[in-house]
Parts: sequence; structure tokens; C-alpha cells
Amino acid sequence: MEYAQQLFGNFFGPEWGPALFLLVKNVLLIVAIVLPLMLAVAYLTFAERKIIGYMQLRVGPNRVTFFGIPWLGGWAQPIADAVKAVMKEIIIPSGANKVLFVLAPILTFAPALAAWAVIPFSPDVVLADINAGLLYILAMTSMGIYGIIIAGWASNSKYAFLGAMRSAAQVVSYELAMGFALVCVLMMSQSLNLGDIVKGQQGASMLNWYLIPLFPMFLVYFISGVAETNRAPFDVAEGESEIVAGFHVEYSGMAFTVFFLAEYSNMILVATLASIIFLGGWLPPVNVAPFTLVPGFIWLVLKASFLLFCFLWFRATFPRYRYDQIMRLGWKVFIPITLVWIVVLGLVMQLPASIRSAFPLNLWFH
Amino acid sequence: MSFADIIFYFFSTVLVASALGVITARNPVHSALLLVLAFFASAGLWLLLEAEFLAITLVLVYVGAVMVLFLFVVMMLDINLARLREGFWKWFPFGLLLGLLMSIEMAMVLTGKQFGANELPTPAARAADYSNTKELGRLIYTEYVYAFELAAVILLVAIVAAIALTLRQRGGSKSMDVAKQVAVKREDRIRIVSMASEKKE
Repeated sequence: MEYAQQLFGNFFGPEWGPALFLLVKNVLLIVAIVLPLMLAVAYLTFAERKIIGYMQLRVGPNRVTFFGIPWLGGWAQPIADAVKAVMKEIIIPSGANKVLFVLAPILTFAPALAAWAVIPFSPDVVLADINAGLLYILAMTSMGIYGIIIAGWASNSKYAFLGAMRSAAQVVSYELAMGFALVCVLMMSQSLNLGDIVKGQQGASMLNWYLIPLFPMFLVYFISGVAETNRAPFDVAEGESEIVAGFHVEYSGMAFTVFFLAEYSNMILVATLASIIFLGGWLPPVNVAPFTLVPGFIWLVLKASFLLFCFLWFRATFPRYRYDQIMRLGWKVFIPITLVWIVVLGLVMQLPASIRSAFPLNLWFH
Repeated sequence: MSFADIIFYFFSTVLVASALGVITARNPVHSALLLVLAFFASAGLWLLLEAEFLAITLVLVYVGAVMVLFLFVVMMLDINLARLREGFWKWFPFGLLLGLLMSIEMAMVLTGKQFGANELPTPAARAADYSNTKELGRLIYTEYVYAFELAAVILLVAIVAAIALTLRQRGGSKSMDVAKQVAVKREDRIRIVSMASEKKE
């Protein structure tokens, strides 16, 4: 690494060398995050079809395989789907606003990827270790809605427009509850840096995780996360029984696939973030020998996988919410719960130090 | 020109161009989207000034929430573009006067004694672990606590007023009582009738 830095310094001079070195290094690191992420998205779609299949007493995809190996049946399905999507023609509707129509999938996808910059995968592995990490993620995820609104408007289709309107109202509503739930987290950890939030949950066992003192906030955050990503049972933006497919009715081929990729990478982001801020990120559940030997990254992946399984489980289990019920849940249930919890947490933090260092509270308030 | 300069000029060019686009674009939806771009570029400039909290809050609040609602409304309006441009030349002198007045005011402020480059030296750069979120929070809740609370109360009054203005009781509107819906039992809705099986004719 240092050798490469020196090489850049020699080649481009002392002023430009470090800057260009940083640029090249960061681009390589971004590729190192995005490529596995795309692979995870591909196999998440496969897992979804398989898991929901088994839940509904079906088998799911089991035909496409690598090199004709029979016991790998189905494992090449996501690759085959991707190849098919690339081959298809992108049709731009005649009344559509061409520039915005093409821009919309990109605007959905870019924030979904940008948010990954501040995610810590294990104690030292993070692309950008910034102070305001949690705020940055909130800002990036709130940008994703533009792609959906623009897609709905630029398609020049009533179905797409209705889907976009529904999605915009829903995302703006649930963002508030999500933000308030995260306020509780940063009150506990006294930091916006995701690495520091995980370090604040360090202790003898999983009792130290913020999951326990903030359990209602975890539920609010996770359910809001499901709503933010427009997943079932909150998928009124797509609502195939009412508005065909919502905002991406008019999209085909790779343009549609980009929306698809954005949705699934957002799902993985919400699951990873929930495991970082509530389930102790890279920390093992019990801090003793066999568990501490497993690398932190594996723990993070296991926790995120469990939450992703919940996403799929919800989709197989719950019927779609009615629109007014979605709004009621967001505004009249979640926001009051979070506001009350912020006040309760504030009161606990103001308790005298002698009470805070007594048994259950000393686990979380150090 | 250093790396930071290039970034500065990039963001300022985007900012000025998109701000111009906001007032020259014919389609109001394009104007709103260009305004989003302008916010984003100015957030980039703030980041360059090491004001990361303000920059991210600008994106979070204005780009993530306010402009979404703006766009929402603008897209739903059925705007007649020809009629919108009708009175342009009639109001042009007035607008020109206003613009001139504003630029004179801005020039007076910026060339004034208090704002000269000598009066306001470049603040020292902070270490990487300096958190201006913490610093802002401390200032807001200690030194400026009354002003801050006052602003909060004003916002609360505005929220209450907005709800009071739009809340009206209309006769005949259908709404549901959620508690009632949840309390419904099976016996209220279905009746199980047992009957003997019938033979097919």
C-alpha cells in the first residue's frame, strides 16, 4: 500500500500524488463493496423464491444449474435471470419524458449504493469512517424516493403515477418514525458514528445490545424499514392487484432490473443497519471462546441474514395493508411510541449516577 | 489550483447553473428537480467548509422531505404553461427592479467593513475527530436555548394552525373507528348453519 502511494507521489508530484492515490484507492474499495453486494442481491432473489416456495408447499426454482451438476439445481437461476434482463429491449413510451425516464432508475440505485460507504463490516473495515455516519445514511436513504417519483411521472402513465404518489406519501411518513427511533439510539450511544455505536454495545453478552433497552424502537425501525423499501405488506406502491405494478409499469429490460437491484440492496442495507445499531454489529452473542473465534464479519452477516429472512417471511405471511391503515400505523402508532420512548430514555439518562450504575441499567449506560 | 479548489469550482458551477435552470426551465417539474440539484450542490460546498452536520441536514430535510412534497404537489397540478408565461413582459420591469435592489443590498453587505476578508480570517481547520454535531448541540441547548425553544414553539403553533385550518367536519363523510374494527368478533360477522348433505339429482 505504501509502495503504491510512493509510486503515485513520484509519478504525479507531491501535490497531485496523494489526491490521485486516494481516488484510485477509494474506487477500488467501492468495487470491493459493490461487487459482493450485487452477488448478495442476486442470491437474495433466489433465496426469496426458494423460501417463499417452501412456505407455500412448492419447490421454487430448481432447474437451472452450473455445468449440468444436478444437485446444484436452481443455483444458476439468478445468473440466468440477469442474462435474460440484459438481453431484453428497453422500451421508452412515446409520451414519456425521455431524460427523466432514463434517469429515474439511476436515481433510485445510486443512493442505495452510496449509503454503504459508512457501514462498518468489522472493527477496522469501513470505507468512510465519518462522524455523522447515521445522519449520512438517513440522508442517502431519503434520496431514493426521487427515483420512484420521477419514474412515476416520466412514464406518462396513470398507473405509474398513482404508484409514485402512494410511495412518496408512505416513505415520507415512515421516515419520521425511523428518524425518531434512531434518535433513541444516538441518545444511548452519544455518537453518530456507526463504529462507536457498535462499540457502545460491547460487553459480556448480548444483554448489552441496544436491542433490550430499545426493543420497541427496534420493532419501529424494522417495520419502518420494511415500509421504506416498499416491501410486502407495505407494497401498495406496486399493488399488482390494483395498479398493475405501480411506478415501474412502463419499464422493461435492464431499466426495470435496476429498480429491482435498488429494492434488494435497500433491503440488505436496512437489515445490516438494524443489526449494527440494535444487534451489536460484529459482536458475538456471548463473549466466550468458541464465539469470539468466529470473525466479526461472519456475525454481522448472520444477523443481517436472519433479518432478511424475516423480510421474506413477512412477504409470505401477511396480506397487503390497506392505504389508510398504513398511514394510521405510521402517524398515529409509531410516532407517538417513539416520542414517548425518547422522553423515557431522557429521564433514565438524568437519573442519579448511583441508580444508573445499579444492575440492569449499568449494562447500557456507562 | 489544488484538489479542493477543483471540487469547489465544480460544486459552485453546478450550483449556479442549476439555480439558473430553476428560474428558466419551462416545465415546473424540471424547475423543482433542478432546485433539488442546487440544494445538493450547496450541501457539497458546506461539506468543503467542514460543516458536515449542516450539509447532511440540508440534504435530509430539504432534499429528502421538503422537496419531495413540493414535487408531489407540482406533479399533481394541471398547469397551463402558455397562460403561465402570459404576463411576463408586463411584470418584467418590476422584477428587474427587485433583482437590482437585491443585488445592491448584497453588494453593500459583502463589501461592508464587517465582512471584509481582513475582518474575517479563515478559521483554523479542525482535527478529523472533531464533531460539529456535538458542538452545535451544546450551543443550541446552552447559549441559544431561549431562541431555540421560541422557534420550536412557533413551529408548533404553525402545525396546530395548519391542522385547524384544514380540519373540517363534513356531513356524510365515511370514516372508520379502528377500535371498533379490532373489537369485532367472529360471531358478529358470520353465521354457521349446519345442514344435512344433499343428494345430487
